[in-house]
Amino acid sequence: RDFNERCAQCSEVNWGLTDGGRFYCRSCHNVTERTREVVNTDFITNSRVQTISKGSRKQEKNDGGSEWYICEGFQLVLKKQVEALEALGVCPQMKDEILCNFWRCYLQKSKQAYCKRPAGEAVKALSVCESSTDVDSDPERPSLLHLLSLSESEGDVQTDCSFASSMSKVSESTSVYSGSVDGSLYLMKNQKEKLRMTMPMTLSFCYMALLWVREPITLSELLRYVVEGHIPYLNVFQHFPEKMKLCGLDLKIFCVESWPVYEEVFNKMHELAAFLDLPRFPDITESCFLHPDMLCMKYLMEANLPDELHNWTCRVVKKIGIGEADFLTLVPGNKSTRKVKYDVLAVAVIVVVLKLLFLLDDHYEWLLSEVAEERNKNNTEGGPYFEFKKWYEVVKHSLDVEQKKLDEERAKYLWRCEKPLFYSVKNKSKVLKRRQMVVNLQNQFGKLSGSVQRVEKPNPSSFQLSWSEENTDGSCFHGHSLKGILQEKRGLLTAMNPDYWLCTVKLCNEKLCGHLAHYKEVEFPQSYHFVLGLFSFLLRVQPSYIHDEVCMIEHKLFNKKLYKKLKYNTVLRK
Amino acid sequence: SSNEHKLNFKKSKEACLSYIQDALLQKQWNRAAEFLTCYVESLEKDYSREHIGPSEIIWRIGTEILWHHSQSSMKEFNCFMEQMKTLGVKRYLKVCLEHVFHLLCNGQIDEAYQNLSLAESWRFGEQTAIQDKEMKLIQAYRGLLDYYSWSKQKKILLEHGEDGFSDLAVEQEMHGYFRKAAVNLKEIIKIPGVWDIFVKCYVDLLEFYGDHNEARQVLNEYAYNSKFPANPNAHVYLCQFLKRHRESKKSLISALKILHDIVPSHELMIDFNTMLQKSKKRKKRQLGLEVIFAALDYAGWKENAKAWSCLARQVKQIVISEKHLDWIKQEWSSRKDWWPAFHFSRYLAKRNWQENKNLSYEKALVAGILLGKGCKYFKYVSHQGCKAQLKRFRMLKKFVNRHSSVYLRVSG
Repeated sequence: RDFNERCAQCSEVNWGLTDGGRFYCRSCHNVTERTREVVNTDFITNSRVQTISKGSRKQEKNDGGSEWYICEGFQLVLKKQVEALEALGVCPQMKDEILCNFWRCYLQKSKQAYCKRPAGEAVKALSVCESSTDVDSDPERPSLLHLLSLSESEGDVQTDCSFASSMSKVSESTSVYSGSVDGSLYLMKNQKEKLRMTMPMTLSFCYMALLWVREPITLSELLRYVVEGHIPYLNVFQHFPEKMKLCGLDLKIFCVESWPVYEEVFNKMHELAAFLDLPRFPDITESCFLHPDMLCMKYLMEANLPDELHNWTCRVVKKIGIGEADFLTLVPGNKSTRKVKYDVLAVAVIVVVLKLLFLLDDHYEWLLSEVAEERNKNNTEGGPYFEFKKWYEVVKHSLDVEQKKLDEERAKYLWRCEKPLFYSVKNKSKVLKRRQMVVNLQNQFGKLSGSVQRVEKPNPSSFQLSWSEENTDGSCFHGHSLKGILQEKRGLLTAMNPDYWLCTVKLCNEKLCGHLAHYKEVEFPQSYHFVLGLFSFLLRVQPSYIHDEVCMIEHKLFNKKLYKKLKYNTVLRK
Repeated sequence: SSNEHKLNFKKSKEACLSYIQDALLQKQWNRAAEFLTCYVESLEKDYSREHIGPSEIIWRIGTEILWHHSQSSMKEFNCFMEQMKTLGVKRYLKVCLEHVFHLLCNGQIDEAYQNLSLAESWRFGEQTAIQDKEMKLIQAYRGLLDYYSWSKQKKILLEHGEDGFSDLAVEQEMHGYFRKAAVNLKEIIKIPGVWDIFVKCYVDLLEFYGDHNEARQVLNEYAYNSKFPANPNAHVYLCQFLKRHRESKKSLISALKILHDIVPSHELMIDFNTMLQKSKKRKKRQLGLEVIFAALDYAGWKENAKAWSCLARQVKQIVISEKHLDWIKQEWSSRKDWWPAFHFSRYLAKRNWQENKNLSYEKALVAGILLGKGCKYFKYVSHQGCKAQLKRFRMLKKFVNRHSSVYLRVSG
């Protein structure tokens, strides 16, 4: 404890804490008005992050709960998430040093703690769940619907409307319900400058910490682990302690009803990094997992493509300079550099390489495959030559199977959990009854599902598709050689394919429309779409997202030629 | 925007629902149950804006699965239905009613009756008034079951009557059921709707107790009240009633005429034509011709020897009298393009001859008159008939030869 003042009465420095969180002198039992400020560095569950304020805090409420603030809730969420990451093998410093500090920095910057509360912003003592107070003619109290409409809806409109309508039935006055002290305040203030905390943002925090430590987990992997349940997200409020009662507007904040998207978490992370005024992140070098050369290797393996393609990806990476530490490392707040999506970048490089070698115009790649097939017949060397057709058939088959499984899983997600959620005490009994009925029905129909049991959560795995060289059926293409589609020219092996088509001649202005290009499946060859689809599945992002990145790489790669030949047709000669 | 691709609760449950629907269509009850288990948590969300909410969906799908699944018992089914009744008060009576239907399908008449009585006594504030229609249906079905009990008692009574025993208790019970049934059945048929079974039962009761006037009134209302949806059966019931009670020909004919307008292919058209042919009025006889031609437009009548004999008789009669050939011309003008292929092909001639000589005889007469003696059908059949040395075919041949120019006059 850092409270080192001398007691006013007895001049001793011997302080303890009352139940109300105030300092009292152990010698003379003089109670001060100063309340405790959290200064300890470890994350204790009930650490009260609070400013030095004059107000006291009720410890106990009628329902056995105590007062809690929204950011305490988020703190708990983050703690749970980082513990899960630790269980996945992430280094322990992430929790105690990195994430913790980021969080504290955030609290400080957003003036929720560790600072003086700006004057005039006293937290109003808001009514709690059970009472519908008779504060009716306070014109400054925001109406409920107003509050709900202000916040970006995580939940859907129907719940809000029913909530609003049920609320209006309860009382004419617009008292606002939340279990937390500042739930309504949280939703109400214009938080644009202060970057209000949301559930998806917790993942941004995690990713930011992972990036700082340069852990070998990409953002797409992180999000996949979340969906697979290895990282708490969906019903994490279950782990809030009993005393932290969740109801009313808290639900809007902590209950999610959708899985976060890559783009959302990614953009928020960068916003956050800038907001926290973080310095340049540790360099991403060639030996880092996140370096395109490394990630390309990973994705080549996962896509069942020959290892030899790695040479090509490295060449592309080197040529356009995306392997440089300055390009890859995050500098928060620097608006001129493009923010790097390591995983998307890597797969986009692979797509470009495939286009370089196979053209992927729904025509050439099959011809080339036949050529390779012919050459294979006379092939006396060790490994077989890579044939696009065979690869396509094998991978498509597996992809279809996995996609079908994924689609069914998505349809079978269970979103609710045992902990009941209710907006107000009034509809608590209804909620509990409904929950009971749901459980009954689940039991009844679960028995009729036959021998199909709910599969246990699969162990978290970095690879979703795996191919074994030991398979004698030839379904693994890692060791295949590219010689079947290359030719010797001046002592070097070059691609037989002389052509290339650009995905787009002109890039869009990302700041205006949010994208570099606009992908429409029908406008592109099926093979290209297939390849995009494959990586789209692996990364769980939309194909257009990868397409954007491909466009960006192509424009870097053919920069000079584009500049010169922009007037002419889009088919260029290498 | 990227938000469209976000997987959220709503989309996830929509996908779940389409998997359930696929499984149901393919009768994969296990799979349907598996996905329904994941769907039921939709109940915890509010869908008050949607047209059909999850509680209704779960009720309907759950009913289907439990009804068909091999491992599901009636007990489980009933238990589920009871849960569904508590789920939506706005649907309470509907669920009760459907539950009753299932019980009836399963032969559990007594349970069905109990459920109906229970439902009838249900009261729930303003909902009772809102669900008034369902309540009437419930009462009507209870009336129906009362009718069923009544007819059982009636059967017992008649059997005893044969033996010479009269059972006062049974009789009293029977009358009791009649009263209960009559009250409810009478109520429902006042409301515009399709109430075939209720009407039939009610009329049966009235007839038994001799109240023919009331019965006739009920049937007239059912058939002629424009507020009621058009229903051929209503006219059929009326016609059957009029026939049973040998009512005036006039009312019977007008009822049958309406039936002809609505359902030209109805089986009563034969009787109708027979009646009309006998009429002294010209218009009626012409109508008769119209009726029989119209009936034979339908594939279901193609092989009906009786229908063809009616047509043949009338055609013959017209040809012999040499009056009113224009009637035939009128009827034939819209049919001459397609009836030959439809009825009088060579293939049909062979088949009809093989399968049904009466049929081929009647058809040959009509064909010979309408298409002339050179037509394929007539030639084949008459040739075969003469070969087989059947007298009537020889007569037929003579007849058609004698009137061989008629076809020219009717073809126009």
